[in-house]
Amino acid sequence: MAKVKLITRFFEIEDANLLPIYEANGGYAAARKVVTESWPPDKIFSTVKAANLRGLGGAGFPAGMKWSFVPKDAEGPKYLVVNADESEPGTFKDRHIMLKAPHLLLEGAIIAACSINAEDIYIYVRGEYYQPTQSLERAIEEAEDAGFLGKNIFGSHKNIKVHLHRGAGAYICGEETALLSSLEGFKGWPKLKPPFPAVKGLFSKPTIINNVETLSYVPIVIDKGPEYFAKLGVERNGGARLFGISGHVKKPGVYELSLGTPMRELIFDHAGGVRGDRKLKAVIPGGSSCPVLTADEIDVNLDFDSLAKIGSMLGSGGMIIMDETTDMVKVLLRICRFYAFESCGQCTPCREGTGWMTRIMERVASGEGTSQDLDDLYDVAGMIGGNTICPLGDAASLPVLSFVKKFRAEFEAKVSAAKVPAASGKKSAGEEI
Amino acid sequence: MSVSFPDKEKKRVEEIIEHYPQKKAAIGDVLYLAQKQFGHISPEVELYVASLLDLPASYVHQIVTFYTMYLENPVGKHLMLLCNNVSCMLCGAEDMLAKVEKKLGIGPGETTKDNKFTLWTVECLGACEMAPCLMIDDKLYGNLTVEKLDKLLDSVE
Ligand SMILES: Cc1cc2nc3c(=O)[nH]c(=O)nc-3n(C[C@H](O)[C@H](O)[C@H](O)COP(=O)(O)O)c2cc1C
Ligand code: SF4
Ligand code: FES
Repeated sequence: MAKVKLITRFFEIEDANLLPIYEANGGYAAARKVVTESWPPDKIFSTVKAANLRGLGGAGFPAGMKWSFVPKDAEGPKYLVVNADESEPGTFKDRHIMLKAPHLLLEGAIIAACSINAEDIYIYVRGEYYQPTQSLERAIEEAEDAGFLGKNIFGSHKNIKVHLHRGAGAYICGEETALLSSLEGFKGWPKLKPPFPAVKGLFSKPTIINNVETLSYVPIVIDKGPEYFAKLGVERNGGARLFGISGHVKKPGVYELSLGTPMRELIFDHAGGVRGDRKLKAVIPGGSSCPVLTADEIDVNLDFDSLAKIGSMLGSGGMIIMDETTDMVKVLLRICRFYAFESCGQCTPCREGTGWMTRIMERVASGEGTSQDLDDLYDVAGMIGGNTICPLGDAASLPVLSFVKKFRAEFEAKVSAAKVPAASGKKSAGEEI
Repeated sequence: MSVSFPDKEKKRVEEIIEHYPQKKAAIGDVLYLAQKQFGHISPEVELYVASLLDLPASYVHQIVTFYTMYLENPVGKHLMLLCNNVSCMLCGAEDMLAKVEKKLGIGPGETTKDNKFTLWTVECLGACEMAPCLMIDDKLYGNLTVEKLDKLLDSVE
């Protein structure tokens, strides 16, 4: 278990973003095989299922299984949508793929489209990603010219067209139902499920949404075989993934490691350890919505199930490292502000709750908070999770719950016990009379 | 002055619409096109975009206000997006903000007197490995220090 070079292989080859170089390095062999050998959908998704490829956008849903949810008898168009909105704080891996290996993504998307018989692929790229968008535009043009996209791809009877759609600055559009609304020309408001997009998605047609990285592993799974891929990882967590590591670390960047690699190995061996050789204080393991880990909790393996077991998440693989000098109150305030700003406002618990949490945290951070505030914060956070249309509510509350619980002493130190409102009647910890 | 696209942009609108089974879905890119052409999305521009896509102007307005990258108001010649999310904050985003404030005399949301720069503080730009980072127009700059930022600001025309 360690460093692998599946996607990152292409990062190291000069100009692998260009079609001739990508092809010379084995590119498009998998898509050509699937298309020219007319693989039936079942064969594609059972291969991907056997590889145990998990969705790498955050939720970790098995990729092959998701594709099999598209009703076989559905008439009319079906769509594949690529989620390239990458906006979860701490996450930057998809940007690297789009810049350096755009054809790998396109190839994976072609294969996924074949598995659901989709003729149109929409790639939803976040608006701020100008260079990645240009890189994709160029790759799409090259692939069209080569006959890998467009009509009769690879000389077959299949037609697949790729459309690029630029987002315009709204984190919530990364959530799949919001993304579809946004693609249709609406505000990016999430919708209740069911109906699931696989049944009724984009323009009310069956739609599969996958993350950039998930799709980029698909050609590799086909090339190397599902057994090889599955074995690289651990049980139910096949293969590898890109970990983005940033914050107080010596060598921030993207590292591709097999799933199940110890977190300590990533932080200290690959990323060089904590900046300035200071002590590690905390780690946010997979994007800012994942519960924070203390330095004592990092002896965990990097796979979806292991992180779930200790009450956190592997999420998007965007890891943020914090050293001993970090003010956890300030970090949590920053996270609270983010979710309050990005809440779409449809659900009362999320809209009001994120605002309350931010205001309480502003008080606490400025030294005007009370112990009661900490209890309230905890209560409010507890009331949001599970009571909303989309998981942004949970994303906003999980950091609060984990920061306050795990770094309570630091939060306590910030609040002045003397200021407990008389009306509350509650005595707070640390209060002295 | 009545608002209207030159022929080339009009053709581009048709091409954008081609990508979707429903005209409304083209609104995002048409707004970007309009923003490029007219600088920002004024009420007149909203009305014009609405007419191109057979939508009510109020609908276009909703979209413009929902997304942060559509400019309702004019900005300076260069729009600077300074990331202040967690990774950048840990790596010195506050020093970058202080530098910009001191050097250009503007805070978040403000424009320099000579109309050269508008500053926004923004959420994670998806480039945390280069923290602290910022964008000026469509270019990303990372691994900033106060000195590098100073030089960068000087180098912008
Ligand atoms: C608030 C919110 C933001 C999200 N942002 C992203 C994102 O930027 N990119 C992404 O791939 N998935 C994001 N997701 C997850 C998507 O909803 C969806 O699960 C994912 O795109 C599915 O692809 P996968 O199965 O390949 O991971 C987000 C989810 C939520 C709730
Ligand atoms: S949970 Fe928040 S972001 Fe999600 S739909 Fe409800 S209000 Fe909108
Ligand atoms: S936090 Fe600044 S780019 Fe991610």
